[in-house]
Amino acid sequence: MAPIIRVQNLSKQYYLGGPSAAYSTLRESLMDLARKPIRALRKNGSAPQLWALKDVNFEIERGEIVGIIGRNGAGKSTLLKILSRITEPTTGQVELYGRVASLLEVGTGFHPELSGRENIYLNGSILGMTRKEIETKFDEIVAFAEIEKFIDTPVKRYSSGMYVRLAFAVAAHLEPEILVVDEVLAVGDYKFQQKCLSKMHDVATLGRTILFVSHNMGAVSRLCQRTILLDEGRIVKIGPTPEIIQTYTVSNSLGRAEYLQPAAPDKAMHLRRAAILKDGEMRAEVGYHEDFSVHLEYEINRPVSGGNVGIGLFAADGACIFASADFDVHPELLELREPGYYHADIDLPAQWLANGMYVVQVYLSSAAGAVVYDCPEALVFTIVDTGTPGSKYGVKRLGILQPMIEWRTERTNP
Amino acid sequence: MQSVGLPAEPLVVIQPTKRWSLLSFKDIWAYRELLFFLTWRDVKVRYKQTALGAAWAILQPLFMMIIFTIFFGRLAGVGSSGIPYPVFALAGLVPWTFFSNAITASGNSLVGSANLITKVYFPRLIVPTAAMLAGLVDFVLAFILLVLLMLYYQIVPTIQLLFLPVLVLLTALFSLGVGTWFSALNVKYRDVRFALPFLIQLWLFVSSVILPSTAIPLKWRWLLTLNPMSGIIEGYRSALFGLPFDWPALGIASALTILTLVFAIYAFARVERSFADII
Repeated sequence: MAPIIRVQNLSKQYYLGGPSAAYSTLRESLMDLARKPIRALRKNGSAPQLWALKDVNFEIERGEIVGIIGRNGAGKSTLLKILSRITEPTTGQVELYGRVASLLEVGTGFHPELSGRENIYLNGSILGMTRKEIETKFDEIVAFAEIEKFIDTPVKRYSSGMYVRLAFAVAAHLEPEILVVDEVLAVGDYKFQQKCLSKMHDVATLGRTILFVSHNMGAVSRLCQRTILLDEGRIVKIGPTPEIIQTYTVSNSLGRAEYLQPAAPDKAMHLRRAAILKDGEMRAEVGYHEDFSVHLEYEINRPVSGGNVGIGLFAADGACIFASADFDVHPELLELREPGYYHADIDLPAQWLANGMYVVQVYLSSAAGAVVYDCPEALVFTIVDTGTPGSKYGVKRLGILQPMIEWRTERTNP
Repeated sequence: MQSVGLPAEPLVVIQPTKRWSLLSFKDIWAYRELLFFLTWRDVKVRYKQTALGAAWAILQPLFMMIIFTIFFGRLAGVGSSGIPYPVFALAGLVPWTFFSNAITASGNSLVGSANLITKVYFPRLIVPTAAMLAGLVDFVLAFILLVLLMLYYQIVPTIQLLFLPVLVLLTALFSLGVGTWFSALNVKYRDVRFALPFLIQLWLFVSSVILPSTAIPLKWRWLLTLNPMSGIIEGYRSALFGLPFDWPALGIASALTILTLVFAIYAFARVERSFADII
């Protein structure tokens, strides 16, 4: 089957801090001009460049829903912007065998002073609908947005929920052959999000093609059969979604999976190594559905009594989630530790921590003499959203933990 | 909804632009409805939440006319080609107000639409064009005031009135040229925002709004013809009051208008593709 999108050797270069980086004033430009001869002499002293995309190649077939994932700055947005013709590539080309509509934001061009009715026309035409199309779909859009009563009210009087519903309703009724969607599903209430997702699914079953960028692995795994993983402007891997999400989770090395220190014979207690382990493998990213362990290795150089080895787990915002010490379960360690090299593993359960970044602090001290031997913020890891209860249903749950807890529900009055 | 057949040739090929590909007029035509809706939006929104509403379109030239009449007509006793000074001044102020508002609105339009430009594709030239077109509504309203004043002074138009649409077109095209160029410049140099009001103030004095061009010594009058607005505004007076046309001045004004427009569109097209990256 012929592809509907063919991307060939696509690259996009940005100049950082160069003349085109930010808007400048005439004066700055004149200064630049004055400096240019000097700059030319210096050679290579030109503005630093950044390849936001580098040699990207892929093909997408009609009717596919393809996810695009990657860290911030991986080039996802740049790719979408090129595909939707907002910015142009530096080299390479894209062939589009169909009409493209891009949804990098919902409600683009909405004017607060205009009524819902007027904004439907305005926004529809901005998104590339003809007036006829808008007219025929008008009632459907209003019904989808559930704002019949307020259709002639200026949208500045709308609640944010109504606003988003209206905005998405217009977008959902676009009928392009190719729909390019950025993380726009992160808005609106749960019920409405479900409606949008199923609408998007309908669109795809009608033979339309969707490119979907998201950080929400839950949404990607639910919607997309195929996914593209980008990193530093290059394609790392293209393939079936579960496999790509797995690769992303494992390879993404944001954080510090291991902490290493040389021996220190002069210290009574000394932390040598700390690591986040999953099946014996070091990981800075752990899926929500995976259990893992914090592994510690420390040396005792003199007999220590009242010694205490503990860890504290902190959320990215600094809130302490818990602290735990080895003598909690092994009181004998509190009494005496003989010299030697110790290993300790602390097992943490799956489906417990919410997605996000965490810091592990390791604490070696003598409880009796209150001597702190070591207290580094040793490890940084991320719980990756592989479908937390919150993301599965499209809402951000409150709380640091997102535990799967057993609910015993019975119906007592049949 | 039927399923979509795939064309054999790509509908769109996205590539880096190598040269200025004469600005895709086909593309602009395809987006003509958007031009209509953006113009319509600008018109609708302009006087929202103002107490006087569209009356502003009339008040601006009206008060300028009163002030000019007091200071130039009465105190300085400026000549006005045999026409009562108030109506002479207003005939210049109506197109002038349109021009100055249009280039201000167009000049700031791209920067003001940054949100659109970074989120959706459409031919960017639509933005300054819509901003200019929206000003035409004000122009028509102000023109009604001018007609009323002509009735009051019992000035009967001649056959020359038929030339009026050409002058309106010239005014619109020249405004579009100047506004488009400034809008593109504004994306990169925000100086435009500050320079524009200042420039408009100076420009007013060399546009035959206050004085007829005949009041300028012959030695310097050719300089005035280098400003299309002067020729155009004198043209309005000739068309409305049946005064003789200054054909050479109008001819030069038309030629300069077209030159300005071509240059502006060229300059615009050159930077159009990078707007989203710098705005």
